[in-house]
Amino acid sequence: MRVISPEFFLREPGLKRQVSFRIFLRTTTELCVKTTRMKRTKGGEEAGNGESPPEACKKVRTETSEESEAVAASESPHCDWSLLPQEILLHIFQYLPLLDRAYASQVCRGWNEAFHMPELWRCFEFELNQPASSYLKATHPDLIKQIIKRHSNHLQYVSFKSHFISALTVVFVNSKSLSSLKIDDTPVDDPSLKVLVANNSDTLKLLKMSSCPHVSPAGILCVADQCHGLRELALNYHLLSDELLLALSSEKHVHLEHLRIDVVSENPGQHFHTIKKSSWDAMVRHSPKFNLVMYFFLYEDEFGPFFNDEIPVTHLYFGRSVSKEVLGRVGLHCPRLVELVVCANGLRPLDEELIRIAKHCTQLSAIGLGECEVSCGAFVEFVKMCGRRLSQLSIMEEVLIPDHKYSLDEIHWEVSKHLGRVWFPDMMPTW
Amino acid sequence: MASNSIHWFRKGLRLHDNPALQEAFRGAGTVRCVYFLDPWFAGSSNVGVNRWRFLLQCLEDLDASLRKLNSRLFVIRGQPANVFPRLFKEWKVSRLTFEYDSEPFGKERDAAIKKLAMEAGVEVIVKISHTLYDLDKIIELNGGQPPLTYKRFQTLISRLDPPEMPVETLSDMLMGGCITPISEDHGEKYGVPSLEELGFDTEGLPSAVWPGGETEALTRIERHLERKAWVANFERPRMNANSLLASPTGLSPYLRFGCLSCRLFYFKLTDLYRKVKKNSSPPLSLYGQLLWREFFYTAATNNPRFDEMEGNPICVRIPWDKNPEALAKWAEAKTGFPWIDAIMTQLRQEGWIHHLARHAVACFLTRGDLWISWEEGMKVFEELLLDADWSVNAGSWMWLSCSSFFQQFFHCYCPVGFGRRTDPNGDFIRRYLPVLRGFPAKFIYDPWNAPESVQAAAKCIIGIHYPKPMVHHAEASRLNIERMKQIYQQLSRYRGLGLLASVPSTNGNGNGGMMAYSPGEQQSGTSNNNNSHLPGVSGSSVAAGNGSGSILFNFEGEEQTAPSSVGQKQQQRLHTLPQNQQQHGYDSVPDASPNMTSSRLYHEFAVPQHPGLLLHTRGSSTGKRERESEREGSGEEEPASCSMNKIQRQSAEISVKHNLWKRLMSFYEANATNSDCFDDANFPLPLPDLLGLMEMKLLENILVSCLRKSPASPPKLQVDITADSRRTQRTKTALSVFWGFFCPKFLEV
Repeated sequence: MRVISPEFFLREPGLKRQVSFRIFLRTTTELCVKTTRMKRTKGGEEAGNGESPPEACKKVRTETSEESEAVAASESPHCDWSLLPQEILLHIFQYLPLLDRAYASQVCRGWNEAFHMPELWRCFEFELNQPASSYLKATHPDLIKQIIKRHSNHLQYVSFKSHFISALTVVFVNSKSLSSLKIDDTPVDDPSLKVLVANNSDTLKLLKMSSCPHVSPAGILCVADQCHGLRELALNYHLLSDELLLALSSEKHVHLEHLRIDVVSENPGQHFHTIKKSSWDAMVRHSPKFNLVMYFFLYEDEFGPFFNDEIPVTHLYFGRSVSKEVLGRVGLHCPRLVELVVCANGLRPLDEELIRIAKHCTQLSAIGLGECEVSCGAFVEFVKMCGRRLSQLSIMEEVLIPDHKYSLDEIHWEVSKHLGRVWFPDMMPTW
Repeated sequence: MASNSIHWFRKGLRLHDNPALQEAFRGAGTVRCVYFLDPWFAGSSNVGVNRWRFLLQCLEDLDASLRKLNSRLFVIRGQPANVFPRLFKEWKVSRLTFEYDSEPFGKERDAAIKKLAMEAGVEVIVKISHTLYDLDKIIELNGGQPPLTYKRFQTLISRLDPPEMPVETLSDMLMGGCITPISEDHGEKYGVPSLEELGFDTEGLPSAVWPGGETEALTRIERHLERKAWVANFERPRMNANSLLASPTGLSPYLRFGCLSCRLFYFKLTDLYRKVKKNSSPPLSLYGQLLWREFFYTAATNNPRFDEMEGNPICVRIPWDKNPEALAKWAEAKTGFPWIDAIMTQLRQEGWIHHLARHAVACFLTRGDLWISWEEGMKVFEELLLDADWSVNAGSWMWLSCSSFFQQFFHCYCPVGFGRRTDPNGDFIRRYLPVLRGFPAKFIYDPWNAPESVQAAAKCIIGIHYPKPMVHHAEASRLNIERMKQIYQQLSRYRGLGLLASVPSTNGNGNGGMMAYSPGEQQSGTSNNNNSHLPGVSGSSVAAGNGSGSILFNFEGEEQTAPSSVGQKQQQRLHTLPQNQQQHGYDSVPDASPNMTSSRLYHEFAVPQHPGLLLHTRGSSTGKRERESEREGSGEEEPASCSMNKIQRQSAEISVKHNLWKRLMSFYEANATNSDCFDDANFPLPLPDLLGLMEMKLLENILVSCLRKSPASPPKLQVDITADSRRTQRTKTALSVFWGFFCPKFLEV
């Protein structure tokens, strides 16, 4: 791909308006950089149209290079910015932050038209709160109004972070073909989800919600009941129910690909409901290859309801301390486990637990241990049992307790041998 | 005429093992030892009172020791660049000596002074004694780039000769006939100033927990070794409640100011180990504390932006929050988490905290809870921490915030659980936060969970006498781990579900070359110009050295047959890949809006984009989806697709020197038909052991793809030619496997 150099734009004589100048400088520096990103978004759309992405990419690429050459060739004093082909403009606009795009749209009629092209409005991230401290900039309210007014029917991939439900509802009401929706920390509620479902039930394929306390299990169930194309779902544990799993396993429903559950405790001693084994079984029967990703952020004494029965979890992350006993249950009841991460555990070695996990979790290929303890002998045994399928093995050096079998120096040898590649424990600076 | 010398003290505040100081005295008529202090600058600098006191105590001690040798320390008020020319004239100086400073700003300052001295006809002698090794040698050995993983660093160290022995302590004998002219008003003009003179308010200042000075340092090292001898255990001591407190055997501030020579420490450790372990040779881990320090000095020495995120080629750009109030709460020990607050109180009062305590507060401030930049934390440590050296401080912060050095970020220290495990009784908390003294152990780490009656009995109501926790840890860490994951997935282009795989591994060949120096970011100070034109040569992408190779050797038999089929499968995969996409007509929400900062990571981290290889995979619009469903489609091929991910990641990091490529090509052309070409003499270049076996699959793929694209230009493939001069049997075997496997594929092209 030919990259237009910033100098080229600097040489342009027709450049009078500051706004456009600034934008082009930014654009040209970022054009060459963000190719990957462009292709992904672009390809995503094209794939939707049934055109194969590589071809689509190629098209974009050649067009761009031809056009830029053409423009470069016509380096006459009469060259006019408004002649910049819309494809290029569109292309450039894709890399501009919304606000810059909006400024650019004020430059001339042509740019304003480009600004409103539906292609630019398929994917959108609304950020409505806390402009000061947020790690993404908040979207300007006027812009949001305009977007909702003119483009809500173009939106396909939407991400929300907002304390205001109204905007969200307006989008839901007006949208017809949302396929991906991500809602963070937003007081979305059951009625607004119903609106969403009513309008987008055929197209919705991905729904990710986190920190949405106003949605009830019934609300999410309604989504599962109606949106049969839903393949990817992320939610908090309090929204997970047997009914939901059964709805997702109904014949009408496509195979689920990913289910991500966050289990977060709001206050110590919180009680958590249980999910029946039969519901999980139904899920596995319906979608035998689905991934169940579970993140636990619980106090040790809140694990009571978990891992007492078989659960088809594939990726398991314990963000806080988890007891030996619970890990023992994991070893017994998680036959599909692929990745296990334990951030912390008490100060008793996890020897038998790991061995048990190696024995029963035959798919396990990644493990990470933080503040835990394992004796070197047991660890080597664990690695030996898992062998080369352990593609990720991230163990803090402090975790390994030398015993009569192996010292810390020997263990890297032993483990490397069983893994078939060079391995070392992770080290932390002693400062 | 005998010369007049100046020895310029900066760090290295000691008379023992001070080679530059010795040089000052050698054959000299007069010697003056100077230290520069800018009193106008002192009060306003962001260095805290504890650090100033430590420094002044060091200077006092130095002056006292010099007095015993009929000399004195000259503390000069002002800036070296302004004052030196005058001193050169006034004292008729012909020689200037000082200890080498490896840090970028030190180097710059020293270069300027050297120039001044040269102009004044003053000879300058510089000696390395703040670090164990000549850092430039380490970098040279690593192909001109500092190693980015500690493992790699250790490998390099193990190839170097042991550090030089410490030199003799300055004594009457060493001084010879050398004198120091001292004027009547020396105390007035050149005396060590007091804290008050520097503008510090010392009223109510508690006495120093860490008294500064060489004398103290030498007492401590003896105690340190005695204790080590006593426990006769050279492994890292397990952390417990006691280790949190300042220990009379702690050495880190003394190493920082150079009151203690790191070489002295090194050799005393070695001696002790030999004595106790009956002459077995000590492992590298014995010197952990010293080597970590050395590692960060090496990483920083050519990187003037080592202490910043922006423009720092080894630092991941993370879109941290700006939150001055939260930062202030953290720095002033008002987070509402007793464990964090007690540590920060200890830091402010005493100037030292245990390294795991540093991990705890650093994690809390950055990736764990507050999501505030490590740069802010580094500044606070710079003010308060006695042993905060520029390189080590910045390096450790980058490390702890997972901003560099390929850290797994999954492990987040819990501000409640971590402390509780370390000191279940909570005595540490009670010592530094007396307001919580009345709480029982059960609640002392999370007093906000204590029932009101308990709070009342403890005479401490949470929210009134002690703040409520400033964040909901579970929620914050959940969010932050998600952010980290996103950032690292962008970097590594990994789109799977796994958390661990999103960080480029530090193991094996250190394929974390992801964080390579980006093009155009080459450091000017690099002495080795050979490959400075090369983008993306990172230390860690270089295959690991001897020790690891030997392991691989053991698997030779298995590997010899295995890779070829796998390799072929992968290749097919590379070609069939794009077709799969038609089936997937949807995508997840693309990572974020186009203005999200993380997308800029591509830019800053610019893994040199490789036309040949990435094309195959980059055409994939639906990275994650596609690869995962692909995996689902063919369950048994999972490993292959995994390794393909890796290939894609690694391909970008590696680059070959042009002439090397030519040699490879011509060697190949000359020998392609010659079956005997694999004997020792014919090898075009010694490859490190590791290349031979472990990375064969990878190499093949890279080379084949590259050649297909552009056979004329070298592919990005780093071959470490410095690595192995020995050509052992092992290397040879590895190589023959490599060539035997690799060459047929080569032919197709």
